[in-house]
Amino acid sequence: MDFDALLAADARIEPRDRMPDGYRRTLIRQIAQHAHSEIIGMQPEGDWITRAPSLRRKAILLAKVQDEAGHGLYLYSAAETLGVDRADLLDLLHSGRQRYSSIFNYPALGWADVGTIGWLVDGAAIVNQVPICRCSYGPYARAMVRICKEESFHQRQGFELLLTLAHGTAGQRAMAQDAVDRWWWPSLMMFGPPDEESPNTAQSMAWGIKRHSNDELRQRFVDMTVPQAEVLGLTLPDRDLSFDGEHWRYGEIDWAEFRAVLRGDGPCNAERIARRRAAHDDGAWVREAADAYAAKGVA
Amino acid sequence: MLWEVFVRSRRGLSHVHAGSLHASDAAMALRNARDVYTRRNEGVSIWVVPAAEITASSPDEKEQFFDPAGDKVYRHPTFYELPAEVRHL
Repeated sequence: MDFDALLAADARIEPRDRMPDGYRRTLIRQIAQHAHSEIIGMQPEGDWITRAPSLRRKAILLAKVQDEAGHGLYLYSAAETLGVDRADLLDLLHSGRQRYSSIFNYPALGWADVGTIGWLVDGAAIVNQVPICRCSYGPYARAMVRICKEESFHQRQGFELLLTLAHGTAGQRAMAQDAVDRWWWPSLMMFGPPDEESPNTAQSMAWGIKRHSNDELRQRFVDMTVPQAEVLGLTLPDRDLSFDGEHWRYGEIDWAEFRAVLRGDGPCNAERIARRRAAHDDGAWVREAADAYAAKGVA
Repeated sequence: MLWEVFVRSRRGLSHVHAGSLHASDAAMALRNARDVYTRRNEGVSIWVVPAAEITASSPDEKEQFFDPAGDKVYRHPTFYELPAEVRHL
């Protein structure tokens, strides 16, 4: 079967199949940016590992950040099945020629942010990622099945953390509310620009890379999340939030802020890339030592 | 020479180990794998790998190799108790 027939049959495209250049290019960019987001996403929460309030929370946070590194590796491997080299993709990230999710350019200012990131940011990521388990490209879809399975613990630990704070002292409660106030809108922006400003969506849907539009997924997230906020006893910072009998309608998203963060003018853009480059450079001796050891052929 | 055979049963699924066979080169291994392991349409794609090229974990080291994951129950979503009324989590 040729490419179009496979797509029409909703079958998966596998690495050795013929595929249009545009399909290959789009997938490489999307999977690479997804991988970049996973490893950059280790930073906001990673800062809190040494400051976790208990050994239990510290072990959980370590496990979560470790998972993000693993997710990055699954995705870089999936991208490599399309004929690119992982080192080149990292170069594109480090030189700013490929992006990562805008959400990670916001700072994690307090301990409650760790819970809020798990609940809202991982929650939004799950809504985005579940349909990619049915992506037309086999290796990407299979990586995503693994990731979604692991992601569930991330969201639940975040919710549990926030619930504990929300039922804690007045100060803990205020800290939880403050974090939710700061992360709510950036989480909604994670689904990308509104449908009418998302010119590539139609092609990606025709190729079976994308299964739902940005606004559809955003609405799905809001509908799931508003009742969860009620269970937490926390409010969401949107006065226009109201139930129309079917959906929770939300207020205007500040797209100027979204564009500014994408452009590089978010609170932490420079810091995130500097930290990533430093980690890569600081790790050079490990890569060199491993190669030198392998070259000796003793292992 | 011994070869390990991996078969993709259909598009969208990964290659899974099916068994092994003898062949003198890769092309013969592939052809034999087709005849031995996919006579009843079990596969749409086959990988063959020289068995000697596979590095495997040692059964003797099973405990020290895998035990570190044993006491990390917090890696599982069921570790977290949530109120009954919360949905979609």
